[in-house]
Amino acid sequence: MVTIQSAPTLILPPKGEPLICFQGIYKSYNHKPVLRGVNLEVRCGETLVILGRSGAGKSVLTSMLVGLETPDAGTITLAGVELTGLRTETEWDRLRLQMGYLFQGSALYDSMTVGENIAFPLVHHRRLTLNQINQVVKEKLALVGLKEVEGLEPSALSGGMQRRVALARTLALNPHIIIYDEPTAGLDPITSDGIAHLIRDLQKSLEVTSILVTHDLRTARFVGDRLALLYDGRIVFLGSNQELEDSDNPEVKSFLSPISLTESEGI
Amino acid sequence: MQDRVLQLAGHQVVRFVDYMGQLTLFFVAAFTALFRPPWFFREVIAQMFHLGVKSLPLVAVAAFSVGLVLAMQTVGVLSWFGAANYIATIVGMSMVRELGPVLTALMVVGRAGSGMSAELGSMRVTRQIDAMRVSAVNPMKYLVGTRLLACMLVLPLLTGVADILGILGGWVIGVTQVGLTSKYYYQLTLKYISLNDVVPGVLKTVVFGAIIGTVGCFHGYHTTHGTFGVGQSTKAAVVSGSLLVLISDVFLTRISLLIWP
Repeated sequence: MVTIQSAPTLILPPKGEPLICFQGIYKSYNHKPVLRGVNLEVRCGETLVILGRSGAGKSVLTSMLVGLETPDAGTITLAGVELTGLRTETEWDRLRLQMGYLFQGSALYDSMTVGENIAFPLVHHRRLTLNQINQVVKEKLALVGLKEVEGLEPSALSGGMQRRVALARTLALNPHIIIYDEPTAGLDPITSDGIAHLIRDLQKSLEVTSILVTHDLRTARFVGDRLALLYDGRIVFLGSNQELEDSDNPEVKSFLSPISLTESEGI
Repeated sequence: MQDRVLQLAGHQVVRFVDYMGQLTLFFVAAFTALFRPPWFFREVIAQMFHLGVKSLPLVAVAAFSVGLVLAMQTVGVLSWFGAANYIATIVGMSMVRELGPVLTALMVVGRAGSGMSAELGSMRVTRQIDAMRVSAVNPMKYLVGTRLLACMLVLPLLTGVADILGILGGWVIGVTQVGLTSKYYYQLTLKYISLNDVVPGVLKTVVFGAIIGTVGCFHGYHTTHGTFGVGQSTKAAVVSGSLLVLISDVFLTRISLLIWP
């Protein structure tokens, strides 16, 4: 039996070298294709933003990195480990310990306090005393700009604070790769900006590889080193902020300047 | 018309067999996971508290009332034959062999089975179960296995309490209506009840616990369609749980009568 201990360990390439490769990824739900041959490369140490309209399959793509979804066809490699070849949950778990995933909507355990939420991965995967765990919880909360909220229930927090707590939980095991799934969805513009600043600051201080999924251009441009546009199940653009701005690609243009409500209604 | 009825009946049978197969696989996956480290003793104890201690008042009131009513209904008939004294034996035997286990199981299905399903269902639709998987914690073990084991451990204990309180309900009628002394009632209760009556009842409740835990968690774990789905799962958990407890009781009683006649 493959145990968490005997499963593959990530050996990260040098900064700027390819870390994650999606090759020819296909995925359908009820015979409706969502991804139609996605090819994408994520470099070590960068923040790659995957843009696309709602339902474009952005979250499906990133879910494949942590084994929540499996592609119908294609391969995904992460630091040389072929993820599509992993068969058991224990094999996945070894990799999951080195990745953090911030869910859209936070997904905090509502039967636990904020402190218990952040401590959850530590209790299960680190041999630490209670005092040490409390110390780490405080540190991670400070990283996301919160303090003295450990004893509160998640439901007592605002949406923005819940997102910060979820991020603190994501950081608990010091992951090498962080995946942000719509981190600003459902938040007001000011709170969204706060989260975007936090993501960029964390990126600078922790030097991890980040993949951010969003349809929020403002956040994408602010945090992303490179941006990819997922359209009609394929990556139709991959480049820097400036390249996105200068692109002649019709899909990019349509995404950047969607028809306004007043125009579409002929007002 | 006949073909249509047969077709419908056949379809329902296939669905039932398919459902039972899925439940069995789910039970095996959760139960076998319990035998591999890491161990979640604390979570099992927490679940025993949630499922057991918090169900205790409900089970106690229900069992006492049933014991009381059973004695009320039976004492008149026994009086016709001049056997009113045997009210103690009848209540005791009925509670220990049948009413205690089944009543407790049905109460726990209603309270804890629905609770488990709703809790896991909400966790599913808010992606908390996915978050647990991403944290490299096996939800089949941490959420399902612990609840399943807690149900299997707690049901016999609750049944013991239900048996005693049911007998106590009968005692109220025996003393106030028939005029038995407490000591005589106690002696009559114990005179005809042997281990052969107690053991099958207790063993049955372990199976009932497995059914309640499996069905409650299965429906919650596989919830789809958002909050609407949580309601559907909870309803399905209570209906299926109650039916499966009653159906399995028929077989378990038959088997226990063969082993302990």
